[in-house]
Amino acid sequence: MAQQTVERTTPLELIPSKNGRGRSTGWLIYLVLIFFALIYIFPFLIQIGTSFKADADATAQPLNPIPMVWQLDAYRTLAGQDFPRWFLNSIIVSVCVTVGRVFFDSLAGYALARLHFVGRRALGGVIVSVIAVPGVVLLIPKYLVLVQLHIYDTYAGMIIPLLADAAGVFIMRQFFIGIPAEIEEAARIDGAGAFRTFWSVVLPMARPAVITITIVSFQASWNELAHFIVSRRDPALNTLTSGVASLSSGAYGSGNLFPLKMAAALLMTIPVALVFFSFQRYFVRGATAGAVKG
Amino acid sequence: MSTVQSETGAAAAAAPEKAPRRRRGGITGGENRAGWMFAAPAFILLIVFLVGPVLLALWVSVSDWTGNGSPLTAKFTGLDNYERLLGASNLQQRDLATALRNNLYYVVLVVPIQTVLALVLAMAVNRKRLKGQGFFRTAFYFPSVTSSVAISLVFLFLFTASGAVNAILAWFGIHGPNWFADPRGVGHLILAGLGLIDTASPPAWLLDHQILGITWYQWISGPSVAMCALIVLAIWTSAGTFMLMFLAALQDIPTDVEEAAQVDGATKWQSFKAVTLPALRPTTFLVITLGLIGTWQVFDQVYLMSQGKPSKTTLTPAYLSFQTSFQDGKWGQGTAIAFILFLIIIVMSLIQRFIMRDKDDAKERRDLRRARKDAAHAGLEGQL
Repeated sequence: MAQQTVERTTPLELIPSKNGRGRSTGWLIYLVLIFFALIYIFPFLIQIGTSFKADADATAQPLNPIPMVWQLDAYRTLAGQDFPRWFLNSIIVSVCVTVGRVFFDSLAGYALARLHFVGRRALGGVIVSVIAVPGVVLLIPKYLVLVQLHIYDTYAGMIIPLLADAAGVFIMRQFFIGIPAEIEEAARIDGAGAFRTFWSVVLPMARPAVITITIVSFQASWNELAHFIVSRRDPALNTLTSGVASLSSGAYGSGNLFPLKMAAALLMTIPVALVFFSFQRYFVRGATAGAVKG
Repeated sequence: MSTVQSETGAAAAAAPEKAPRRRRGGITGGENRAGWMFAAPAFILLIVFLVGPVLLALWVSVSDWTGNGSPLTAKFTGLDNYERLLGASNLQQRDLATALRNNLYYVVLVVPIQTVLALVLAMAVNRKRLKGQGFFRTAFYFPSVTSSVAISLVFLFLFTASGAVNAILAWFGIHGPNWFADPRGVGHLILAGLGLIDTASPPAWLLDHQILGITWYQWISGPSVAMCALIVLAIWTSAGTFMLMFLAALQDIPTDVEEAAQVDGATKWQSFKAVTLPALRPTTFLVITLGLIGTWQVFDQVYLMSQGKPSKTTLTPAYLSFQTSFQDGKWGQGTAIAFILFLIIIVMSLIQRFIMRDKDDAKERRDLRRARKDAAHAGLEGQL
């Protein structure tokens, strides 16, 4: 009896180690994890290594990430091509989309969460229901609208449609519902207008949500491909995604040129990777917040 | 005097009641305007670039627009475009059927495997006292944040005839296929391997019957070898995101329930089945729903890696819709395919929602309550 009570109060993790079975499954779990970690990391190692190889070396030693001779030919070729231009376009588009989304999403999210206005419920309903519209179905329709609005093949046509972000509005709304209203009410009573209150009181309080939206928007617009296929034709407007995609299907597609492609893939991954490793927990939040989409 | 006093008193008493009401009324007017001004930019964007396109495309799908001039001036042709796709047997219909078949195999393989893999990874990473937990989580999740273009290029390299994947297969004495050039259906290969069919001369009864313009034999092909590479890519990329969702759900399970079950002598497997799995039910349904919606939309990878080749075995409805519109100029049919795909996705999510409706919610809640009660009883008995 006494022994039983002792066992109950023992922290759980100490119990299985008694019979030794816990330890053996522990090893098994590490083995499984390491096996999968290899599968997940090795492709990136091959990508990095191959980008410093010569073409022949890449084809002859596909499994060895370490080049026989380290060289920068692939990077030199990229620098001499349109690659810097694509990089610049990606930055322009991503920055505009991110800033715009953060601003419009938080404005609308705040209105839906806090401001009482006629038609608020209906508006909220529309936003929740369009979250479910599958993006791929919109590809051709978006092109049609861009042509109608005469912004096809322009930066505006590449940027503005990506600002429509129902999920972001929803995430901001959920956030604002979750924080107490007293502080902003105090500001309002002190005579600050709705926008003043929003800009200097509410938005600073919403920092975590704003950072989440910033990061998710940057990642989404940096990685966007389909929209840049249908919103432009001019090669000078290629972003990294549409430009590098042309490497695999266009003039370079026929040859192997794997170091060149791996270098391009690596360079376009670096900005997102930097953001990812600096703001990891916000990515996690974004991924789980995205879960409400369903 | 007294009446005056009482009057002012009443006024004073009424004032605080009236004033806020008047002010609130004033704010409501302002708030109404502010509310609309705040919500307007996002709302207009959604109307113009989400609702508008859908309506315009709906119109194009029932018109004879060929890509010249404004679609609004095109002629209404009723359901001709849909009928051409679903009615008579022709090339367009065969392409659509092939695309649907390919995507179906893709969905049927990707969704269950990525769900199970995500759950296994989440369970493994969620262990207490696991060394390098953050490292493993990052490793599994990182592919989800990188661009589909970069990942696709890497996989194209890994899956070349003399690439890394075949080099690894060679260790085990397997001569790997030329992945992206191999149109053979895995279903056919398995059936042939079992001696059930002969791929050189398929049985007549399979060739004689057709659904949507392609034969039963073509329907049972399974994914092509090329499609298998795309399937591996999809599982590899998206399992990490779903792992995070499972991980969040696992961390929400009250540990006392699990502990109580284990103290009561339940084995790890029993407590997993009785406590963990029921608690993960809502997340599992969510992961499957998101998986279904995502896999029916596969476009980027097809565009980047195979363009539907070889022999149209990696063609998907999303890519076919794009190709039919932009390359063949058949906008009506292209948008009709997009709407058929839209319908499939809606039906999938409705079925999913119907299955997981209240019944499961209620059952899940009941299970959790029962588990809690049992745990409480166990705890009480222990103390007694």
